[in-house]
Amino acid sequence: MGEEILKVEKLTIEFYGQKVVEDVNFTVKKGEVLAIVGPNGSGKSVLFRALLGLVPYTGKVIWQKGIKIGYVPQKLAVEKDFPLTAGEFMTLRGAKPKQEIEKALEDVGLHKKNKEFGWLLEKKLGQLSSGQLQRLLIANSLTGKPDILLFDEPTAGIDIAGEETIYELFRKLQASIELTVILISHDLNAIHDFSDNVLGLNRKQICFGRPHEVLDHKLLHHLYGEDVEHHHHNHDLSAL
Amino acid sequence: MTSFQIISAIFIGLAAGYVGSFMVLRRMALVGDALSHVALPGLAIALLLNINPFIGAFATLFIGIVCVWLIENRTELSTESLIGLFFTFSLAVGILITPQSELLEALFGDISKISALDSYLAVIFSIALITIMYGVSRGFILGTISSDLAKASGVKVSRLNFLFLILVAVIVALGIKAVGTLLMGALVIIPAITSKNITSSLRSYTTASSLIGLISLLGGMIIASRLNLPSGPIIVLASSGIFLVSLVFARK
Repeated sequence: MGEEILKVEKLTIEFYGQKVVEDVNFTVKKGEVLAIVGPNGSGKSVLFRALLGLVPYTGKVIWQKGIKIGYVPQKLAVEKDFPLTAGEFMTLRGAKPKQEIEKALEDVGLHKKNKEFGWLLEKKLGQLSSGQLQRLLIANSLTGKPDILLFDEPTAGIDIAGEETIYELFRKLQASIELTVILISHDLNAIHDFSDNVLGLNRKQICFGRPHEVLDHKLLHHLYGEDVEHHHHNHDLSAL
Repeated sequence: MTSFQIISAIFIGLAAGYVGSFMVLRRMALVGDALSHVALPGLAIALLLNINPFIGAFATLFIGIVCVWLIENRTELSTESLIGLFFTFSLAVGILITPQSELLEALFGDISKISALDSYLAVIFSIALITIMYGVSRGFILGTISSDLAKASGVKVSRLNFLFLILVAVIVALGIKAVGTLLMGALVIIPAITSKNITSSLRSYTTASSLIGLISLLGGMIIASRLNLPSGPIIVLASSGIFLVSLVFARK
């Protein structure tokens, strides 16, 4: 864990005079995983868009100079018959050398030697499974060698070849390319295991700190307003 | 048929098919159709002032796209309903001010009336359209499937949308000479949806759409001249025919 790469101070976002995010403060250091949790409509995605500079805000969002941000959107607006192959999608952010694309795909567990590799790249984007699409989106964000990945809501438990979850993939990526990750998630179990810090958001900032310190009964009650208990086994709060 | 007509048909067909393929992906098929009606008052004014109809059509189309763009960017109003109002309004005005003797041609086109100057315009603008559209196609597609991802990757999405609307205005202004304001929508939509039936990659989709545009326009024009029928409707029938054939090969 090294230097600070993001510092957010008194971040407030208003839409039509209504505060959708209010007074949020946190920092992210190199190599950390920060998880943002909160109920639907709590402003998590809007916060992300502010970090990316896509919506106006007040307060400060200070990125380390020269930092490259990779963004993994929650979904794409493609119908099943949208004429764009997965391989073509990988070149939309600009033409890149083939090796760079292959490297990024390998980083997310799509190896060239695998039978599905070529087949997958020829397939229409709209026909990929959600696990395949998520891996492709991560690979896409990895091209261009980002220092930090902003990941909007990885779905829990997705695995492409039955080998690893998205969270395990993050761990591996962190070890291999020292990636910093900010993710929005509902999967408290995974957050507990994989994140360094947790930011609880419900329009206002509820908490910020180490998962074992802040992920307690009181917080969950505050965030979700129900008697939710966090047990250390698979459960996904998005179902609530 | 003169060589001017043949050259115009080839280039307008290619460009309409190409730009149309992106309109369909943007779900702008009906906007494009409605937008073409805006050309009518421009055509009429050009006829009355005795200037090149292309310029008149493009002028009112330009006003039309600025309105669409402003509506998209500045308001929460339903674009569809406003377009419904705006475009039927311009059709009504256009019908009133177009000289009676020219009305049929303005509405349904007549490629046999294409002059040397028209064909030069068609070639130059078609090449420019295809080149520019190809140049921005990656960013445009990215903006279509995820506006946030495009913006985060440095694509100026709003500016690109405006540029795209200008390209649409240019192809409509070029195409109305061939098929008229009422049928122009078919020239950009039908090749694209036909191509979508039979292709799976972006490259094959846009290429096939361009070629189907070319075949429809050229083929329709040849059939119309042989049978001594108006070119506009025959061109639309030709492209519809190709669409029907494509259904046989449609991939699911």
